Amino acid sequence: MEDKIAIAIDDLTVAYNYKPVLWDIDLQIPEGVLMAIVGPNGAGKSTLLKSILDIIKPLAGSVTVYGKPYKKQRHLVAYVPQKGSVDWDFPTTALDVVMMGTYGSLGWIKRPGKAEKKLALEALEKVGMLTFQDRQISQLSGGQQQRIFLARALVQNAAIYFMDEPFQGVDATTEKAIIQILKELRKAGKTVVVVHHDLQTVPEYFDWVTFLNVKKIATGPVAQIFNDDNLTKTYGINYKTSIVEE
Amino acid sequence: MVDYTLQIITLGTAVLGALCGMLGSFAVLRKQSLLGDAISHASLPGIAIVFLVLGVKNNNGLLLGALLSGLVSAVFIKGIISKTHLKSDTALGVVLSTFFGFGMLLLTYIQKLPNANQSGLEKYLFGQAATLLASDVWLMSSIAGIALMVVLLFWKEFKMVLFDADYTTTLGFHVKFIDTLMTSFIVIAIVMGLQTVGVVLMSAMLLAPAAAARQWTNKLSTMVFLAGIFGATSGVLGTAISASANNLSTGPVIVLIATSFVMISFVFSPIRGLLFRQIKLWNNRNDLKLMKTLLFMYNIAKNHENISHPHKIQLLNNFQGYTRKSLKSLESEELIVLEKGDWSLTEKGFHTAKNLYTNQS
Repeated sequence: MEDKIAIAIDDLTVAYNYKPVLWDIDLQIPEGVLMAIVGPNGAGKSTLLKSILDIIKPLAGSVTVYGKPYKKQRHLVAYVPQKGSVDWDFPTTALDVVMMGTYGSLGWIKRPGKAEKKLALEALEKVGMLTFQDRQISQLSGGQQQRIFLARALVQNAAIYFMDEPFQGVDATTEKAIIQILKELRKAGKTVVVVHHDLQTVPEYFDWVTFLNVKKIATGPVAQIFNDDNLTKTYGINYKTSIVEE
Repeated sequence: MVDYTLQIITLGTAVLGALCGMLGSFAVLRKQSLLGDAISHASLPGIAIVFLVLGVKNNNGLLLGALLSGLVSAVFIKGIISKTHLKSDTALGVVLSTFFGFGMLLLTYIQKLPNANQSGLEKYLFGQAATLLASDVWLMSSIAGIALMVVLLFWKEFKMVLFDADYTTTLGFHVKFIDTLMTSFIVIAIVMGLQTVGVVLMSAMLLAPAAAARQWTNKLSTMVFLAGIFGATSGVLGTAISASANNLSTGPVIVLIATSFVMISFVFSPIRGLLFRQIKLWNNRNDLKLMKTLLFMYNIAKNHENISHPHKIQLLNNFQGYTRKSLKSLESEELIVLEKGDWSLTEKGFHTAKNLYTNQS
């Protein structure tokens, strides 16, 4: 059976002030994979997500989602930004943040109602944060804030999820809870793309991996391509799988 | 009977305060506090140029000039930030001083013109509420009404952009449009205040009520509402004080009242106030001391079969940190019983102490 392609990226090039951050990326992400994007700091991992999502305008290249331009397929895609990208002292509650996940389908001006609140509460329950719904977001721990962000994306009920370092600065319980949810998403046929830092957990958490360092080094099933060779090519130092598997 | 002129001025400063408070909340949360300051200073050359071109002091015309000049400065600031390596504070500083300096230059040039009409332009530096006319207040009120409508209409969009602009983009909203709408109304609010408060102090009018309101609530809608109330109150009080004390200029008084709201809020707000936090800290310390004493008692009492076996108070002497007062408060919480020179643990006291131990390990 031919695998369906969820995301296709062609010749994507991004530069900040003439310095290339991403160079000529061609990448196809098959439907239903749980994929990690790995690479050293400054490799352009977050930038890749942001340019796929049209937050950053690329110099060149195109992104299609199920064969159509991303702009026409936004409703199929949900994004979990880095936790540190927002000000958690913002005057709002956990439930309110999760409700924002419904704003896209609501469109301009229309206010969220009971149906939207119900969706948000369901998502809060999925991430185990229902009892914190009225909590001011600055009063949440790092792990709880990450769960709130995840819940906000879950509300969108998308086909494809992009997550930027969802495990950064979270406690072990939250990490387990999040990976559990990611695996459930995959089981439901969704495609999940995660910028990931911890090489040790790649084989355990993911079934697909992309090595990135400005250029795409390799992409494919973890079982086939997660090896010393690709790690060395990406990180520039000699990697031994033994270290990785520790 | 209250002076009709004073009524007009009071109404004007109240509306202005409410408008600035409401929109200032967005400026503060968007982390654009300094943008307001830059824009208000940058509106000065616009006023001067319109006067030079028209040769008359038509207030609405001058304000239109201020508006254009303010918007141009906003474009410059955003352009500098996105096109150069300069950080936003530098961009703001550069634009503020360039525009303001140019404005001052034009102002001094105008004053030397052989034209009887030129005096009075300085009022835009520090404001002169006494020159407010009924028509000015009408204009302000209509703009405040429109601003309120826009805020209510785009509430959801404003909130989302303020909190997480990138995410808003992925949902398919035009963030630049929302952002421009917000900034435009902030610029309009600034321009509306120039005649009353002046370019130099205008940013305080925008920021102070919002900063004060933030201290009292963790809800955006309450914050915006409170900021409006604080702003309006500053306007009314400021006008009243400056009217009763002769020769006190209204703008600075309004700004001082608004900033005193900030001071009071920083100290006394129950959620984020310094005083409340300090009290909480003291309480925690006291609680900790009491629990230490209780634990010490528990360690003595647990060796006895009867936990309520009385002990001499002197026994505690080799333990630092107990006082007559702390024993009394332990007793009032029914954790211990005091009888003459003896103390004994109650059932509740014993279990509380035991739990402290199990929670610690």
